[in-house]
Amino acid sequence: MSDRQTIRGAAAALRDGSATSVGLTRAALKTASMTESQVHAYLTLDTEGALEAAERADSQLAAGDDRGPLHGIPIALKDNMVTEGIETTCSSRILSGYVPPYSATVVDRLEEGGAVITGKTNLDEFAMGSSTEHSAFGPTRNPWDTERVPGGSSGGSAVTVAIGSALGALGSDTGGSVRQPAALTGVVGMKPTYGLVSRYGLIPFASSLDQIGPFTRTVADAVDVLATIAGHDPHDATSIPGALPDLGAGLGRGLEGVKVGVVSEMQRDETEPAVRANVAGIIEQMEASGAKVQEVSLPSFEYALSAYYLIAPAEASANLARFDGVRYGNRVNGANVAEMMSKTRADGFGAEVIRRILLGTYALSAGHFDAFYGQALKVRSLVRRDLDAAYEQVDVLVGPTSPTTAFELGAKTADPLTMYLTDVFTIPANLSGHPAISVPVGLDDSGLPIGFQVMAPALGEEVMYRVAGEVERLAGFTARASLASSEVVAP
Amino acid sequence: MPIDIDIAHVARLARIHLSEDELAEHGRHCADILEHAAKVQALDTEGIQPTSHPLPLVNAFRDDVVSPARVLARDVILDQAPAVEDVYFRVPPALEDE
Repeated sequence: MSDRQTIRGAAAALRDGSATSVGLTRAALKTASMTESQVHAYLTLDTEGALEAAERADSQLAAGDDRGPLHGIPIALKDNMVTEGIETTCSSRILSGYVPPYSATVVDRLEEGGAVITGKTNLDEFAMGSSTEHSAFGPTRNPWDTERVPGGSSGGSAVTVAIGSALGALGSDTGGSVRQPAALTGVVGMKPTYGLVSRYGLIPFASSLDQIGPFTRTVADAVDVLATIAGHDPHDATSIPGALPDLGAGLGRGLEGVKVGVVSEMQRDETEPAVRANVAGIIEQMEASGAKVQEVSLPSFEYALSAYYLIAPAEASANLARFDGVRYGNRVNGANVAEMMSKTRADGFGAEVIRRILLGTYALSAGHFDAFYGQALKVRSLVRRDLDAAYEQVDVLVGPTSPTTAFELGAKTADPLTMYLTDVFTIPANLSGHPAISVPVGLDDSGLPIGFQVMAPALGEEVMYRVAGEVERLAGFTARASLASSEVVAP
Repeated sequence: MPIDIDIAHVARLARIHLSEDELAEHGRHCADILEHAAKVQALDTEGIQPTSHPLPLVNAFRDDVVSPARVLARDVILDQAPAVEDVYFRVPPALEDE
């Protein structure tokens, strides 16, 4: 794919003079204006700021001041990354109207790299959800079928890339919130090694699991976005020090001799037949292309979801204590401090956020700590140990990203546990801190996209991208969502 | 294993004011989820150290210098607050609490 709907294609066009950043940005904004009433991917479109940044990028490039692969490229941001001067809500009533006084490190790095920030995208409130239905400002819809969800929690960001109202986007992945919506909308979505991308200015959900990652149309584009935002940040104590590895060094090197582990526990009966068939077909093609494929069993996998739904709510209950109506955000008055805080939080948080705060509070409370939270942390060690042992034998692990394709709006909102089960294949990489990527590989009988997941050991981005790039080539996935615009081709 | 939760107590700890109906619904959902999550208790973790964090990083130091780009003026901070008085955040009386 070398067209201008990819970052690499657009970057080449910007440099050979056949496109301008203003042209690319106008096309993205026009696509947004034509599709937003149907998909609601954006919460805030920064039309004026984007066009100014695009004009600046054009003059910089014309003057030979080339800032790298994202220079002049329209990029959307999930609305849980703070942006100085642009409203940032986390899709929550409690932060409605909040205009941050500073920007997240990833935003600074995008701006230093000359990227054009188009706006802020919709998410499940505070990134808690798998469908982008839990937004205080209404759901985002899937451009392949607007009666279906785009996945979540970064559903808005996924949709901007799927339809071309941005050429790339950032999401955050705590339990699969980049990879699962990427799978359900037919784009590439990647979660880096924990600590590779700074979390400074990412409004936290579960701090030991959260990691910012890119949405793009291609694997090569994902390398370019990650290379721009990754790297040590002294403002994030969990940021990995030292120089960045050459993330894209493995692209195009084929699969000859690459050891691929197929995770037995990810071949579940509950997984939709079309997903299983597509994934199995790709694995066969990988083997035919020279990969050494073997089955790998990770016995702790089936406990990962349970551990996650103790650890993530526990961390969330502590992180969200800051929203108390005192220093920022909205307030509901009360006769005393406790009543003001209790009413503020009841009014400001949606039902799913309240549910997770209650779960976390319970798991951390006296008498339950050891049996729930403490035990979950030990299971986390077991998941990590199983994965480390697997990576002694293989270079990457593969399987489906999600057990299902996009489901209908409302299908899983009444039963939270059913919704949580959609993250069963993505959660292990968050618990272990390992990198993982979802690549679109096909469509099911209803014409809905299927994602293929490649997982790698810590800081194994190079081999992960190498394999993901081959999966992309073998799958030859070129379908576009019915709502996707052809507008971005115009210079 | 059914989980018995005093959901009203948990909501008080979390400082979230909920109606009786909301408490009942959250109590039901939380019990379902915790029953599933309690699967972790079935695993033998004797001798396993907990992992609270995926990175082996310890003592992440930085130079002890102020980065002016990251310093916000007091007025900017106070402007974010729902209520202020002089240079302080203003809240309702605290001493009547519970």
